[in-house]
Amino acid sequence: MTTVPRFWREIPQRYNLIGTKCKVCGRVYFPPREVCPYCRRKSLENMEKIKLSGKGTLYSYTIIHTPPSKFEGQAPYAVGIVELEEGPRITSQIVDCELDKIKIGMKVEAVFRKIQEDGDTGAIYYGFKFKPVENESER
Amino acid sequence: MRDVAIIGVGITKFGELWDKSFRALITEAGTKAILDAGIEGKDIDALFVGSMSPGRFIGQEHIGALVADSSGLHVMNIPTTRVENACASGGLALRQAYISVASGIHDIVVVGGVEKMTDVIGGEATDILAMAADQEWEAFFGVTFPALYAMIARRHMHEYGTTREQLAEVAVKNHDNGLLNPNAHFRRKITVDSVLNATMVADPLTVLDCSPISDGAAALVLAPLDKAKQYTDKIVKISGSGQASDSLALHGREDICTFKATVEAARQAYKQAGVEPKDIDFAEVHDCFTIAEILAIEDLGFVKKGEGGKATEEGRTRIDGDIPINPSGGLKAKGHPVGATGIAQAAEVVLQLRGEAGERQVKDAEIGLTHNIGGSGATCVVHILEVV
Repeated sequence: MTTVPRFWREIPQRYNLIGTKCKVCGRVYFPPREVCPYCRRKSLENMEKIKLSGKGTLYSYTIIHTPPSKFEGQAPYAVGIVELEEGPRITSQIVDCELDKIKIGMKVEAVFRKIQEDGDTGAIYYGFKFKPVENESER
Repeated sequence: MRDVAIIGVGITKFGELWDKSFRALITEAGTKAILDAGIEGKDIDALFVGSMSPGRFIGQEHIGALVADSSGLHVMNIPTTRVENACASGGLALRQAYISVASGIHDIVVVGGVEKMTDVIGGEATDILAMAADQEWEAFFGVTFPALYAMIARRHMHEYGTTREQLAEVAVKNHDNGLLNPNAHFRRKITVDSVLNATMVADPLTVLDCSPISDGAAALVLAPLDKAKQYTDKIVKISGSGQASDSLALHGREDICTFKATVEAARQAYKQAGVEPKDIDFAEVHDCFTIAEILAIEDLGFVKKGEGGKATEEGRTRIDGDIPINPSGGLKAKGHPVGATGIAQAAEVVLQLRGEAGERQVKDAEIGLTHNIGGSGATCVVHILEVV
């Protein structure tokens, strides 16, 4: 159901992990929120854009064997919920590793990848995926 | 607020019903409920109908009018309302109908739930169901509905030591119950091994951990309790009703092993009914995936958090156990025509409370609970029903 205008308006978030930070309480949100759920009216006009580091920890994951129609060529592939350093959790594909090596708690980082496309001649939609942090010393 | 009774129930067969249309299904369920209640068309003040996505499944919106028309009630110009909250559309339609009677605005209300899911080809049904997830931040990345519940299962196994076999036991038990339900989609026994070795959908969940894509409808007739006796002596009272929300996306929750919407909806319903979890004799819960039943029995307070798998393995949730769960076969075996599910759960509880559940009858059933989830826990509707 992705269309070009619908994709285009989410480009800053999907390409560069731009979230929002509530200047009242300091909580960070991704995807970006217009209103902080905890500060509500006080947060209006007080949500600032913030670029996230893209570093995080895998909170849970699954290997999809029966994919949605647009992802048929990709299965089996892994998706997970990543807890970012700044706090928010984010759903994404987990790539660049053997599927049986994925485990809860592993360190991951964001990479820029193709997500899906509108057939052979349509638009290509890009965004973030996450891969394991390769250097053990970074753990 | 007035007390409200359920005075009639109607349910169709659930399954891949190639010969039955959307309107045929809901008309059949509604007609059965009306006949069961002993009311006539002229008695009906309003219709409510729950349906998740007829727009995508059969290319039809304006479902309220369609249902009035197909059941012939449009000639009396009866007001109709379609209710949608994903897979909780049926439970929510019941709650809206309940509120309309309790408030005194309407007396006799017919509430139905329906979904016709097999007019689209297989993969498309999966895409349509994924619309209950967050399109921009879950589905866009290739996440399916089973995948969301698989991530819950994986985390539950990680935190509480729930085993793959315990998940399978939910499906095995619900298929055993479905065998006793003539309206069930699946009426065959399965084993733990067959669940474990079935086609993988989203690891660790196989196709036998998932509820099926079904056609079906169910309907109820509601009346003020003090007027119910005019029509029937088979009266079941709605003693509690609760509803709650949570983040649309699963990743928006602090803890994905608890559905806070369930905890809150249940708290409201228990409080209104003046009962506690231990007072509930049996429940119909939203087992769209095996892990969902484990979460439900924990979040509803029947067992401690983390012990749902163990309780299931020990047989405590079987029809003859101390907390029978899904005697109908649940979504897993009875089938899951999404909009119909919440109404079908209440229909099963009413039949059980009347002692009319046949071979799957729960012994001494006096208080039953229904638990209907939308999406991956962003909506929950709970009802408590009691014998009068």
